[in-house]
Amino acid sequence: MSIDQETVKRIAFLSRLSVDEDKIEATQDEFNKIMSWIENLNEIDTDHVEPLISVNDIQIKLRKDNVTDGNYREKILQNAPAAEYDYFAVPKVME
Amino acid sequence: MTDITKLTIHETLDELKKKNFSVTELTKAYLKNIDQAERYNAYITVCAERALEQAKTADQNYAKGTPRPLEGIPLGIKDLFCTKDIRTTAASHMLGNFVPPYESTVTEKLLNDGAVFLGKLNLDEFAMGGSNETSAFGPVVNPWSKDVDLVPGGSSGGSAAAVAAHLCAGATGTDTGGSIREPAAFCGCSGIKPTYGRCSRYGIIAFASSLDQAGPIAQDVTDCALLLESMSGYDAKDSTSYPTDVPNFVRFLHEDIKGLVVGMPKEYRPEGLNPEVAAYWDKTAEMLRARGAIVKEISLPHTQYALATYYVLAPAEASSNLARYDGIRYGYRASGDCHLDELYIKTRTQGFGAEVKRRIMIGTYVLSAGYYDAYYLKAQKMRRLIHDDFMKAFEQCDVILTPTSPITAFPIGDKEMLKNPINMYLNDVFTVSVNLAGLPAMSLPIGLAANGLPLGMQLIGKPFDEGTILNVAAKIEEDAGFERL
Amino acid sequence: MWRQKSKKMPVLKGYKMSEYVIETPKGKWEVIVGLEIHCQIISQSKIFSGASTEFGDDPNVNVSFVDAGMPGMLPTLNEHCVFQAVKTGLGLQAKINKYSEFSRKNYFYADMPTDYQITQFRYPIVGEGKVKIDLSDGSEKDIRIERMHIEQDAGKSIHDLSPTKSYIDLNRAGIGLMEIVTKPDFRAPEEAGAFLRKLRSILRYLKTCDGNMDEGSMRCDVNVSVRPFGTDELRTRCEMKNVNSVKFVMQAIENEAKRQIEQYENGLTVEQETRQFDPSTGQTKVMRKKEFAHDYRYFPEPDLPPLILSDEFIEKVRQDMVELPDAKKKRFIETLGLTAYDAMVICENQETADFFEKAAQGHDAKKVANWMMGDFFAMLNKKKCDIQNSPVSAENLGALVELISKDVISGKIAKDVFEIMSETGENPEKIVEEKGLKQVTDTSEIEKIIDQVIA
Repeated sequence: MSIDQETVKRIAFLSRLSVDEDKIEATQDEFNKIMSWIENLNEIDTDHVEPLISVNDIQIKLRKDNVTDGNYREKILQNAPAAEYDYFAVPKVME
Repeated sequence: MTDITKLTIHETLDELKKKNFSVTELTKAYLKNIDQAERYNAYITVCAERALEQAKTADQNYAKGTPRPLEGIPLGIKDLFCTKDIRTTAASHMLGNFVPPYESTVTEKLLNDGAVFLGKLNLDEFAMGGSNETSAFGPVVNPWSKDVDLVPGGSSGGSAAAVAAHLCAGATGTDTGGSIREPAAFCGCSGIKPTYGRCSRYGIIAFASSLDQAGPIAQDVTDCALLLESMSGYDAKDSTSYPTDVPNFVRFLHEDIKGLVVGMPKEYRPEGLNPEVAAYWDKTAEMLRARGAIVKEISLPHTQYALATYYVLAPAEASSNLARYDGIRYGYRASGDCHLDELYIKTRTQGFGAEVKRRIMIGTYVLSAGYYDAYYLKAQKMRRLIHDDFMKAFEQCDVILTPTSPITAFPIGDKEMLKNPINMYLNDVFTVSVNLAGLPAMSLPIGLAANGLPLGMQLIGKPFDEGTILNVAAKIEEDAGFERL
Repeated sequence: MWRQKSKKMPVLKGYKMSEYVIETPKGKWEVIVGLEIHCQIISQSKIFSGASTEFGDDPNVNVSFVDAGMPGMLPTLNEHCVFQAVKTGLGLQAKINKYSEFSRKNYFYADMPTDYQITQFRYPIVGEGKVKIDLSDGSEKDIRIERMHIEQDAGKSIHDLSPTKSYIDLNRAGIGLMEIVTKPDFRAPEEAGAFLRKLRSILRYLKTCDGNMDEGSMRCDVNVSVRPFGTDELRTRCEMKNVNSVKFVMQAIENEAKRQIEQYENGLTVEQETRQFDPSTGQTKVMRKKEFAHDYRYFPEPDLPPLILSDEFIEKVRQDMVELPDAKKKRFIETLGLTAYDAMVICENQETADFFEKAAQGHDAKKVANWMMGDFFAMLNKKKCDIQNSPVSAENLGALVELISKDVISGKIAKDVFEIMSETGENPEKIVEEKGLKQVTDTSEIEKIIDQVIA
């Protein structure tokens, strides 16, 4: 599968990254190199293989429903680039 | 005594118990080393004042006769572990000013055992890299460098360099595809990545959650055992942490290896393998045989697909794990008034370095609509095959011996490596399978190549059998007689 | 506040409810609707963190480092949220999946601190089920449930504090949600309305969600498509997000269906898009076109191993189940002789049903039901009073009915007595005694009088 420039732009936007116009071709080229290398995986037939999701084969542990955390707003906000009136502040969101 | 910073951790603990020097003296000696070794760029943040306070407490505990297991041992912490009230950057511009209000479980365990933290160690940005060149705080220089500055390996490059140059007694690292073992090998240190689930990931800045594990880098095998024991253990705050007891790892070091079956995977000897690497590998096998171990060839048939599998899964998880760095709640935010989406894009484009952005985009691509089955699902299936290869191999052997890396440390800015990202990725060829299978593995120095640089050997164990790895490693260490810096 | 349900569902264009057909000069159309309902789980702490779920606190107070998506933070699953989900699944007569898995849904959103939502994708905790709905013509219909999964809620943005900025409060971020997805089984707005009311009733009986749509603890996405009546075509559907009342859902379906029909009849097509319902106009408007649709890049959540439910766990939930409205309604009809309609209204909420059962204890249940449906509900409505705070207790209402049944007072007098009861809260016997309202029906009393006369 070869990746075109539109795809590079779409993937960049999905990632919320921008690629300079003059670097799109280089990025596309690099992407194609990496992806064609990855496509070596197609040499192996995996039709009947179960995907491996959880390597150490454990079940989820359930936590008791008690309030044990929170209630430290100043710590939540202390690293915020912009906080006002005890909220995180961002440019106006319109949707 | 000439230089107390050259002692191993176990030697230091003995000396401290004998009160031959104080923790404060020791800490000051390390801080002095750090000061004089700025050219290695191993530390991002040095916490001298806090370290000296901790040293004072440690000295009091020795005076009272109540030292904890690692009382007064000055450590360096990879700057991927969140440390309460100490800046934690992941070597990224994105987190350049981030001060976590919480402590990672692993570092908390070390603190509870009495360790002194000297500071935060350099790494590849968000642990993505194999040479420590992707750090926003500049590359780390390998202390073994002679005429040209060499890379220390990565991503835990600062950790390995600091241990090799005696800028700390031991260090924490993390390993997603070889990030403890490769720099340990490049810098002539020992380092162990335990079984997935052995150490809690709580408070460690995530790269690829299903592969990341913490582990120590230290001067020798015994130190690794000591540190690993402190760092390990089930943690309810990490749902993937494994509920099992932590054994006394040091105890394993004195066991016999007679009759132990050591496997050497034939796929790790591809055509064109560096003959020096191959020779050391064979020599190591010979040492083990001489001690009564049975060495046999095994097969891990899907080895050649491990890298490509890794370079689908790790970026996929990373693309999601790193989405949160959007400039809203913490970290860098691009300036200027703009629409929220633009703010995200500017922030992330300016805040992340090239390799991180590359991996985020690859990860986004392999998960995107229409490609998931072809790439991500395919890679998960390959992961199953690679995992099963190991499980089958361990029906025939107790531990697996391989080289850690096909090469020795290379120069910073090496053109060949930078020409194509894949060239750099290929250095992980011997280490990534272990992460995909979730197994414990260790690298220890075996000797010097003709270029005068260290080479490492890797031991891979069964799940939660770090003990056997450490035991075999201790024997190799004894026989190899590697001379540290 | 108690709201009496109007006896009649809104009448729609004179069509019979089971055959909602939109007729235009050019033809007849039918509407196909599916719903996705997000229900906030009732629990003390959040689904993946130990922070409180309390509503209405100061901003960013009930937030842990996990909820704020801080670096290195990891989710841990709340047992009670799982319990509540299984309970709801049983209430929806659905298959409980012993194996389920969490996934990440990736999209950048200011209210979503990690910029992905932990949800369930390929393996939800609850599979297919069904809900019986009651229609105004007295008929019933089964609505099939496709699945139900659990996930985390997002925070909230406040847009009206500043002209240039939005403010983010993460108190809601990480509260557990159950997302219930129906099959496209609705053929009329009324059916969707009846379903939401029934679902809300079930959730309230189960105490797994408070079902308050106006507070956002139950939120509904509506998928609408239309097709020529009598065909089995599947045409493009539009989704309307977060429609926040039963009335608006019904209105949205009706108006969106009309819009789509108009498109088709004018030779245009319907685009697959996300639309927004505007309560002030009743109309829908486009929010996001298909080409801008998100690419959520779902993948299994690597921070959480699979969720495996044991038989014991499911059994424990089963032990905790209560009699649900359908079963209660059936029992009230069959053993207490209520009409289907009265039983449905009384069973819609558990407090009313409990009140009724208490009031009817040892008395004429049918009469008690009549009184509740009439004067009693009217009184609560007038006083804007919850049934739990009713001045007339269940025992006293029962006693009043008993006085009528035994002809101690007439129905007419009873109304006056009820009036006094609702003001004073006193028991009817006392009122009747004190006010001398007894009608003389006692035969021995009459015999005494006759004796006196004869003597």
